Amino acid sequence: MFAEFLQFLFSGITLGATYALVGLGFSIIYNASHVINFAQGEFVMLGGMGTVFFLGLGLPMPIAILAAIALTTLFGFGLEKLAIAPARGASVVTLIIITIGASIVMRGLAQVFWGKEFHAVPAFSGDEPINIAGATILPQSLWVLGVTVLLVFALRYFFDKTMMGKAIIATSLNRDAALLMGINVKLVLFISFGLSAALGAIAGILVAPITLTNFEAGIMLGLKGFCAAILGGLGNGMGAVAGGMIVGIAEAMGAGYWVSEYKDAVAFILILLVLFFKPSGLFGKTGTERV
Amino acid sequence: MTSRHNQVKKTVAALGMVAGAMAFGATTSDAADPIKIGTFLSVTGPASFLGDPELKTLELYIEELNANGGVLGRQVELIQYDVGVDSKKAITAVKRLVSQDEVDVIVGGSTSGATMAVIPIVEKSQVPFISLAGAVAIVEPVKKWTFKTPHTDKMACGKIFEDLQARGLNDIAMISGTGGFGKSMKGQCEKLAPAYKINIKASESYGPKDTDMTAQLTKIKGIDGVQAVVNAGFGQGPAIVTKNYRQLGMTAPLYQSHGVASKKYIDLAGEAAEGVRLPAAALLVADMLPDSDPQKAVVQTYTKAYSEAYGGSVSTFGGHAYDGLQIAVAAITRAGSTDKAAVRDEIEKTSGYIGTGGVVNMTPEDHLGLDLSAFKMLEIKNGNWSIVK
Repeated sequence: MFAEFLQFLFSGITLGATYALVGLGFSIIYNASHVINFAQGEFVMLGGMGTVFFLGLGLPMPIAILAAIALTTLFGFGLEKLAIAPARGASVVTLIIITIGASIVMRGLAQVFWGKEFHAVPAFSGDEPINIAGATILPQSLWVLGVTVLLVFALRYFFDKTMMGKAIIATSLNRDAALLMGINVKLVLFISFGLSAALGAIAGILVAPITLTNFEAGIMLGLKGFCAAILGGLGNGMGAVAGGMIVGIAEAMGAGYWVSEYKDAVAFILILLVLFFKPSGLFGKTGTERV
Repeated sequence: MTSRHNQVKKTVAALGMVAGAMAFGATTSDAADPIKIGTFLSVTGPASFLGDPELKTLELYIEELNANGGVLGRQVELIQYDVGVDSKKAITAVKRLVSQDEVDVIVGGSTSGATMAVIPIVEKSQVPFISLAGAVAIVEPVKKWTFKTPHTDKMACGKIFEDLQARGLNDIAMISGTGGFGKSMKGQCEKLAPAYKINIKASESYGPKDTDMTAQLTKIKGIDGVQAVVNAGFGQGPAIVTKNYRQLGMTAPLYQSHGVASKKYIDLAGEAAEGVRLPAAALLVADMLPDSDPQKAVVQTYTKAYSEAYGGSVSTFGGHAYDGLQIAVAAITRAGSTDKAAVRDEIEKTSGYIGTGGVVNMTPEDHLGLDLSAFKMLEIKNGNWSIVK
C-alpha cells in the first residue's frame, strides 16, 4: 500500500519537475513583457529533438546537449527579434497571438526537417531502476529533479544578485520607470526570451529519455507548464515550481487512485478551481488596479 | 427576335453534338479501353504512413502489370484521390470514382474511418470494393460488395490468447490506449476472452499523448494473480509502457499488439523490449520464415521489389495494398470481363491466394478470409525479432 503511494509520488514529482521548468519559462517572459509565450512548449520540443538530431550527427552526448540548448536559445532570440520586437506597439493580446503563430511555425519546421516519428534519447546514466522501499525510480528522474533544483537556485541568484536579473524584475514592475532609470528594456526582453528558451530546452532534454520525443511533444508539456505557472500565480518563479509539483503529483495520484483515463483532465480541473476561487494563483499577489 | 431564335438553335445543335459524341464514346468502350482501378488513400496527413506505401505499391504493380501486357489484354489505369484523414473527402472521392471516373473496382481506404464512411455509397452503387483498413466492423457483418485484406484486431487478440493458453496463463491484465486502435482492440479482446478461458482481471487505459504510465502499471502490479499483461496500443505509448514496465520490475510476460510491429518500437523501447511478445504479419520477418512456409516466396519477392523501387524498408500496409490489387486482378481475370457482379462473385470465391498478409480463403460469410495462421507470434530477443515456435 505504502509502496504504491510512493510509486505514484515518484512519478508525480518527476512529471512535476518538468512542468515546473516549463512553468518557469512562462514566468520569465511574462515578467519581462506580460506576454504569455505559447511557444514555450516548442522550446521544450526543440531541446529534445535537437539532441536527437545532434546525436544523429555523431556528436557525443554532452556536446549534443549543449548544441541543442544553443539552437533553442537561438530560436528564442529569433522569436523576440523577428516577431515580438517588430510588433512593439501592439497590445499584449496581439503579442500572445504572435507566439501562438510562432509555435505553429516551429512545429511545422520540426516536422519538415526531422519527420513525424518518435525518437528516444538514451538515459544519461543507465536505465537500471533504483529501488526505494518497494517503489522504483529511474536514474533519469533523479537527473530531472536534481537539475530542476539547481536551476531554481541559479535563477534565484540571477534575479536577486545580478544586474541583468534585477533589470528584468524592474522592467516587470514598471516598464516606463525602468526605461527612465536607464535600463535597456529592449535588451531585457531579448535576454528573457533567450533565457526561457534555454530553460525549455533543458526541460525537454531531461525528460526525452523518459517520455520520448517528436515534433508534437511540446503541445501537452507546454499546456501543463502553463497550468503550473497559472496555478502558482503568473510571474511568480517559486509559484511556478510549486504549481508544477502540485499538477504533477495530482496527475499521478489521480491516475493511480482514480480513473487513469482522466489523467490529463486533472491538471485542467485544478486550473478551473484556482481560477474560480483564487484567480491570481495560489502564490500570486492579488493585484489592485487603479481605474 | 430572330437573333435570339438563332442562338437557341445554336445551343440545341451544340448540345446535340455533345450528346452524339458521348453516345459515340460509349459505343466504342470495349477491348481497347483500360481497366480502371480506383483508389482513395491517406497519402498525406497523420495517416500518411499508411497511404504512402499503399499508393507506391499500387503504382509499382500496376506499372508491372501493364509492362506485361495488362489484364485481359487491356491496360490497367489507376485513378487515385488523396483524402488525408478526412472521411468527408473520402465520400467525395468515392462518389467521383463511381459516377464520374466509372471505375471497375475500388482498392483503397487507408483508415477504418474512411472505409466505414464510404461503405453505404459502395453498396448502393454496386462496385466491388477491397478495403485496406483494419477494423473488423468493415466485414462483420458481411456487406455484399465490401471486402478487406488486412488482419483485424480480433485476430490479434485471438493469436495472443492462443499463445497465453499454450503457456498456461489464464489471468491477465490489459492496459490500452484511448485512441481508436487501442479502444477497438480492447473491446475485441474482452469479447473474445471467454472463448479462450482468459480472465481479464484488470483493465487500465492511457491517453494517446501520455508520457508516463507508471501509475496505471503500479495498479496492475498491486493485483494478485496477474500472470500476463496485454498492451493494446499504437504509436509511442506502448514503448513507454514497456519502459515503465521494466522500471517497476514487473516480471509477468508482456504482450504488445500488431500495432507496434515495426523496428521503430524496438528502437524506442530499447532494452526494455527484450522478451516482449507480439503477433505480426509474416512480412515483418520475411527472411526468418522457414522455407516450408508458403508465404516466404511471396513476402520476399514483394520486399525486394518494393525496396528496389523506392528504397527504405517495407511496411505491412503496402503489403495490404499488394494483396488487394492481386485479389482484384485475379478476380477480373477469372471473370473474363469487368462486369461488376461477376467480378464481385469471383472476389468472394478467392481461395488459396497466398499474399503478404496470409493465405486468403474468402466465402460468402467471410469477406476477409484470413485465419490465425496469418499472424506469427514474435518475441524480441537481442534487439531483433524471433519467431516463437
